[in-house]
Amino acid sequence: MSRPEDTLPPDLFYNDHESQKYTTSSRIQAIQTAMTQRALSLLALPYPSLILDIGCGSGLSGESLTASNHTWIGMDISASMLAIALDRETAGDLFLADVGQGVPFRPGTFDAAISISAIQWLCNADSSDVSAAGRLNRFFEGLYAALKRGGKAVLQFYPKNEVQRGMITGAAIRAGFGAGLLEDDPGTKNVKVYLVLTVGAGAEEGGADDVTNVVRGLEGVDIIDERRKGRGDRRSGGGEGKKGSKGWILRKKEQGRNKGKVVKADSKYTGRKRRPAF
Amino acid sequence: MKILTTNYLTCALRACKSHPNSFPLHFRDAELQQDSLPFNAAFIANILPRIDWPALLTTAAELGFTNLPAEKPDTVDEKAGMELHRILIETQVVEGKLVCGNCGHDMRINE
Repeated sequence: MSRPEDTLPPDLFYNDHESQKYTTSSRIQAIQTAMTQRALSLLALPYPSLILDIGCGSGLSGESLTASNHTWIGMDISASMLAIALDRETAGDLFLADVGQGVPFRPGTFDAAISISAIQWLCNADSSDVSAAGRLNRFFEGLYAALKRGGKAVLQFYPKNEVQRGMITGAAIRAGFGAGLLEDDPGTKNVKVYLVLTVGAGAEEGGADDVTNVVRGLEGVDIIDERRKGRGDRRSGGGEGKKGSKGWILRKKEQGRNKGKVVKADSKYTGRKRRPAF
Repeated sequence: MKILTTNYLTCALRACKSHPNSFPLHFRDAELQQDSLPFNAAFIANILPRIDWPALLTTAAELGFTNLPAEKPDTVDEKAGMELHRILIETQVVEGKLVCGNCGHDMRINE
């Protein structure tokens, strides 16, 4: 399937025609509603809350929020999408804004934030004066500030590849979030990736400071904790390129040879550890 | 746009965010509309601690609502809740501008 992210920036891609097509497609409506419901169940909000909808588009996700008795404020970059949202008389307030330039709300405003199929657009740097990483950082910093302590955010997105996935998750963690990825239907064509973010310790649920706690109660969720593994890998992964190691010496000798320098031939003694002095 | 939203909104500029004048944003040429939405007591109780009361008073005075108490009420009963609901949720600004007190940038409101 082609990715719209590769064709045009979001404000131009979702013109009147595309927005209309997107909003009236019953397939997209069904998927969006299902994903919003999933996100809401992950948020597990105990009372009617104020929610930020990032990339609200024509308000498809907002309708589910309204139905669940929440009040929401939406942000989107496409004027056409927002025009349709106005026509559909959605309940939320709408902002025409680029979240890659920050989130213009007072600190600690929202109980929660959701985003359905939007933040992969942030990985596009559409002009030379911005970078994808910078936009992501700006967004996550703003989001972190705008959520109240103990707040949660569930962001569903379509990562293009592992790199993009890592970039988004990394930016969230750098901003201070407790982050985790939840995959529905992994390994299939219908895989849906949810980035679950937590701010500080959750006061209501006795310290839901970790994403694994958020999903613990859910059925059919396997928790794969990659943090310890990741850290271990980094330590052992340093062996190959670590200064003074055999790999490093061989690489340096190869570099010297390529430059035409006189380099001693490699032997079985090259880079071998000396035995202790006594 | 709801009055509630205004109470949470600051100028998007990073330089403005730290400046005291940037909050609250000020309405210019605001055109109001009174909607009728279902009253949600739990929601009002939930957001009340997060409302910046002096800012709300400023905004409300600019729009001509002067019947709010000078101090933020700790708890809301049915009557005070309805009043807050009427101002925060049901009052919609359909046309106008929001102006940042620091940089003077105005943001347009359409519907």
